[in-house]
Amino acid sequence: MTDRVTVPRLQLRGITKRYPAVVANDNVDLEVRAGEIHAVLGENGAGKSTLMKIIYGVTRPDSGEVLWEGRPVQIASPAEARRLGVGMVFQHFALFETLTVAENISLALDERIKPEKLAPRIREVSENYGLPIDPDRLVHSMSVGERQRVEIVRCLLQNPKLLIMDEPTSVLTPQAVLKLFETLRRLAAEGCSILYISHKLDEIQALCDSATVLRGGRVTGTARPKQETAESLAKMMIGSDLPECRLQAREPGEALLRIDRLTLKTLDPFGVNLRAISLTVRSGEIVGIAGVSGNGQKELLAALSGEMPSGKPESIMLGEVAAGHLDPAQRRAIGLGFVPEERLGRGAVPALSLAENALLTGSHCKVVNGGMVQHGLIRQKVVRGFARDVITHFKVKSRNEQAAASSLSGGNLQKFIVGRETMLDPKIIIVAQPTWGVDVGASMLIRQSLIDLRDRGVAVLVISEELDELFMICDRLAVIAEGRLSPPVPSAGTSIEKIGAWMGGQFADAAEVAHA
Amino acid sequence: MLKLEPRPEPSRVMSYASPLLAVVLTLVSGFLLFSLLGKDPVQAFMVFFIKPVATLYGLGELCLKATPLMLCALGLALGFRANVWNIGAEGQLTLGAIVGGGVALWLHDVQGAWVLLPLMLVAGALGGMAWAAIPAFLRTRFNTNEILVSLMLVYVAKLLLSWLVHGPWRDPEGYNFPQSPMFHEAALLPLLVEGVRTNIAFLIALVLAAISWVFAEKTFAGFRFKVAGLAPAAASYAGFSEKRNVWLALMIGGGAAGLAGIAEVAGPIGQLQPSISPGYGFAAIIVAFVGRLHPFGVVLASLLMSLLYIGGETAQIQMALPAAVTGVFQGMLLFYLLAADLFINFRLRWKKRPQSAAPVVSIVSKEAA
Repeated sequence: MTDRVTVPRLQLRGITKRYPAVVANDNVDLEVRAGEIHAVLGENGAGKSTLMKIIYGVTRPDSGEVLWEGRPVQIASPAEARRLGVGMVFQHFALFETLTVAENISLALDERIKPEKLAPRIREVSENYGLPIDPDRLVHSMSVGERQRVEIVRCLLQNPKLLIMDEPTSVLTPQAVLKLFETLRRLAAEGCSILYISHKLDEIQALCDSATVLRGGRVTGTARPKQETAESLAKMMIGSDLPECRLQAREPGEALLRIDRLTLKTLDPFGVNLRAISLTVRSGEIVGIAGVSGNGQKELLAALSGEMPSGKPESIMLGEVAAGHLDPAQRRAIGLGFVPEERLGRGAVPALSLAENALLTGSHCKVVNGGMVQHGLIRQKVVRGFARDVITHFKVKSRNEQAAASSLSGGNLQKFIVGRETMLDPKIIIVAQPTWGVDVGASMLIRQSLIDLRDRGVAVLVISEELDELFMICDRLAVIAEGRLSPPVPSAGTSIEKIGAWMGGQFADAAEVAHA
Repeated sequence: MLKLEPRPEPSRVMSYASPLLAVVLTLVSGFLLFSLLGKDPVQAFMVFFIKPVATLYGLGELCLKATPLMLCALGLALGFRANVWNIGAEGQLTLGAIVGGGVALWLHDVQGAWVLLPLMLVAGALGGMAWAAIPAFLRTRFNTNEILVSLMLVYVAKLLLSWLVHGPWRDPEGYNFPQSPMFHEAALLPLLVEGVRTNIAFLIALVLAAISWVFAEKTFAGFRFKVAGLAPAAASYAGFSEKRNVWLALMIGGGAAGLAGIAEVAGPIGQLQPSISPGYGFAAIIVAFVGRLHPFGVVLASLLMSLLYIGGETAQIQMALPAAVTGVFQGMLLFYLLAADLFINFRLRWKKRPQSAAPVVSIVSKEAA
């Protein structure tokens, strides 16, 4: 390193990467200096992940140059990237649940170091950076936030000069996000550069020194986030103004979904037992359930959809029907719509066409042109017509209704699934992670469609990890933690901080709030 | 350097070309095999694949042997699409023969073929269903693996048949041979053409192929099968009962195999004997996959498999090749099919620059500044 000219730690020049269907990166330039926290901002599909994979040696660019501390390098594998000093914390953690923290880290390191020898180093690094973890703990007993710490500590053990964080906050509570930011700032102060990938504007403004904005594989701008407004950043990111959705106060009607002291033991050894969950959702209101994933959301959703029927019929009431023992098809026939978290493989069959995927949950519905099934035979015309209607109304980008579900982008498929469930005329709709991994434009369309349903008198229950979203669209909010549900509170009368505290499970005193 | 890489989407062309490719590769390998055995490959090829079907009688034999394969494979293919792995069609076929044949022996005084034959066929199908009901019950009640249960029941069924023809059902005038009395004329399936052994069961199988296509493509129950096979989680989300699917798939598979069994004993065999099938129930698994689990594909694949059986027999007689040659051809066919199927989702590409030649990190020092 020279003192006179500050050489950027990492510089990308004209990086281009083509895939058979798309150009993922088109002539991308990027520059990160030592000790800088640099945001890579863009919607889903903008090419952020591909660019990071190139830096981390997972993929190779078709053309362009990578300069590391001023010298051109070819990074052919992640091991080489690590040797240069690049560490990456992935969005989805590759950890073995049945091993301890130290064993996991030992497996992931390039050198072979015995877990016992590693443990003191893990403890030291984790304490230095305010990321407390116990090296002897088994991973399956850890929350998602703690698992992320394991990944970060794994990277830090290798003394990285550049740390790549891929959407790190999507799994954290607001308090945990603040802690993570402290750690990252500390790292940067010590000279480590950080590439921070996200589409959350507020986080980037709070944390990052500079930003490179990607749209459709191209760089649409570089900015100093702290000097920009959220609107101007959004404009760079999506190319137009941020769409809005509005929630107008209205009086809810009669109770359509009543959960009464639902208690359920999970069969999954790593699952969460549901403990005396009670909640009422009325006609014409949206109730949100916040919480860090892995706190019983999966189990609650399975119990509500009927995939895991609960013993007592009365514990789940759909309108006037005791439904706890009914299967998903029977519940759907009573008027329950359901959008699952997993889109490919649960909400839709990847290999089948959109039309066939419309039939997946639409078979019972007589509203659609007299029904999609008659005397056990499929009425192809009705099915295809319905699928076309969903595609048009929800602006699903697809070839036509014969396109395979797997050919759609995540956001488009989610629009299709939400559209399908909405247009099947439900009385009650349960939506899990409505906009998880969906770009801003489509997110707003999906949120607005939920609000429209509410205004038509449907009872809407939304389970999401995005607090901003819940505050945007919900009339009332509850929090799930360790299988227990807090009493719901009107979202207008509460704050993100309070809900964040509840996400840690401290809502013992909340009963008074609910009665207030 | 050749590199295997995933295709952006599965190749439609390859999914149809793969069975053809497998057939061609099987033939090429057979060619080599014959040469290595010191036989003239061209002659062997003629004996194996051309001679058996060069006559009307030969064509009749082709259809005759294709019938049980087709019946079993049609049922299996529907089940396989729904992720129900019934491997025991051979046993269900045997039970069909026992129950249907039992009816023929019991009612040997009844002369009216129009009553007796339908009764036998129905009894045969019910026999196969009853045998398939055992793995269905165990899977839906105790979550037992239907592959193991249905496979093990094959051997139970064969021993049951063996016990019957050695004991209670043995022909008293049969010189102690382990076989039942010959079925009465009225208990035999009518032939399609005089002088050819093909019987009406071949037509039944073709009609069932058409029905099975309608079931798979046009009915909601067929759609449920498809979803259960492609994405079990989506089937559960949609509320398609897994139990119902398992039962239906095993009943269809067992019924069709049972029908194949009674059609064999009431057709070319004409009585119950210790061995009634040269492994049709197992070969049908190959037929189902070569036929792409599609009813019409199954029709073609069963004809091909039948040709392998007949060709194998002819080759034994005329060229003194061992009986195992049929099994070798069946095995090669499945092996090549599975290998060729890889290319539905993957493709081979020539990489211009060999990657292995790249150094660990190529740092080009450019002292520019």
